[in-house]
Amino acid sequence: MRRATRLAWVVTPAVLLAGCDGWQSALDAHGTSAVSLKQLIILIVAVCSVVWMLVMIALIMALWRNRRERPLPVTPQPSTQRRMTATVIAAVAATTVVISGFTIMSFFATRALGIGGNDELTIKVRGLQWWWSVEYFGARSEERFETANEIHIPVGRNVRFKLEGLDVIHSFWVPSLAGKQDLVPGRANELIIRAEKPGIYRGQCAEFCGMQHAHMAFLVIAESPDEFDKWINAQRQPAVQPSEEELAGGQRTFLEKPCAACHTVRGTAASGTTGPDLTHVGSRKYIAAGLFETTRGSLAAWIADPQTIKPGNNMPMVPLTPEELRAVSAYLASLK
Amino acid sequence: MRIATLLTGLAIAVAGCQREERQLRLDPPIAEALDKVALMPNGISGAPPNVYFALEKPYETNAYNLSQGKRLYSWFGCKTCHGNGEGGIGPAFLDGWWYYGPDMVSIFASIRDGRPHGMPAYRDKMTTDQIWQLAGYVQTIGSYAGKTAAPSRSDEKHTRPAENRAPAKIQFDQGPTPLHPDQGPTP
Repeated sequence: MRRATRLAWVVTPAVLLAGCDGWQSALDAHGTSAVSLKQLIILIVAVCSVVWMLVMIALIMALWRNRRERPLPVTPQPSTQRRMTATVIAAVAATTVVISGFTIMSFFATRALGIGGNDELTIKVRGLQWWWSVEYFGARSEERFETANEIHIPVGRNVRFKLEGLDVIHSFWVPSLAGKQDLVPGRANELIIRAEKPGIYRGQCAEFCGMQHAHMAFLVIAESPDEFDKWINAQRQPAVQPSEEELAGGQRTFLEKPCAACHTVRGTAASGTTGPDLTHVGSRKYIAAGLFETTRGSLAAWIADPQTIKPGNNMPMVPLTPEELRAVSAYLASLK
Repeated sequence: MRIATLLTGLAIAVAGCQREERQLRLDPPIAEALDKVALMPNGISGAPPNVYFALEKPYETNAYNLSQGKRLYSWFGCKTCHGNGEGGIGPAFLDGWWYYGPDMVSIFASIRDGRPHGMPAYRDKMTTDQIWQLAGYVQTIGSYAGKTAAPSRSDEKHTRPAENRAPAKIQFDQGPTPLHPDQGPTP
């Protein structure tokens, strides 16, 4: 029993601390505004810990020193009275100093969230139940394209996110890069992010938005400007035309069945806008807003029975023959 | 005595807390059976499949299905021709005048198979489940009787009374609908 308790004492903090690391943590900050937020968090926690310790020490000392019973009423000496007054004044002054200190620090941290300098890229992110639509723009209108649930940004540059909710309120949160910003229907919100270090940062919807709120994740991939340019040029291309017979069959099925009514694959007749753009779905790391890694198998599982995998989402179960399912999943996986 | 009354009242209140069930996933055989409506030879009215009654007519009285129908209504571009129910290129729903009758089977068939003079078939664009949801919503817009279930509210500007209002002809009298003899037979 004792060993188990001791083990719990060691293991529990270790497990809790392990949660502070990784690709989605405000304490593993790699964005300009996330860093200033993290500094503010650490400062407040440190100061509050010291204050708590001092209060506890004072309390324990007071209880310890005056543990003997005294006759009532207590009439303190004039010198004691003066000391009491001084102590209360000192405590009130210390409280004032600490709270105004916090206010000032918080003001500076908030100011640091508005990153200075010009933003060099604007990305429009729309929140839907339960996925993210991401739109990139370009100098010309044909350079505009849409993707979903995966946002690439150049490292060390200011990126302006225009945020909008299309059904209910969602919240855009990439803890490692910035604080939260809500996506409100009918309202244009903005957030500027600058990633300081290349990497893959996970984000999540942070405003309860319905049944699959927990399965509404996305990735922000910060990469060097060269790699970013390579990525964006690849994404601007229409989908590759199927080279093999099976893939061509998959494309036919995709266009004939209800798939094309909701999804777009640029370069084909599929131009629905209700569901995610699938032009380069094979190049994305995850499908279904962070639920599965993109493989032919997971695509097939998702198409075969979306309502068991993510109950309540808006993708219907389309009746397909096994051959059609094989072909469609192969076709989608080939859309790199 | 008082306590007994209180407890009874509480029990009744708690019994009312049952949540409406959402049928999120139809088993494929049920979805297939739901597609088999028995239409009259002229394509107007008929009988829904037995499974429709076994499911307790879920598409007319279930708020979730009505809400999904409302979303499908805008996703699949119904507004382009029918507006918010007031009509346009296509006929209105609000006036309570149905060219092919107000029953679910007719509306389902109109969406699935299309109708002459411009209504396209959505057979290859939507699943059976979705067509039923949409049909339930369309019926609600122009219903003769108020329903207890309602779809979710719109964020947009309201251009017509809510879907679960009292009968259309009392609340929203547009006057007599001009009859277009080329828009199908009269009901």
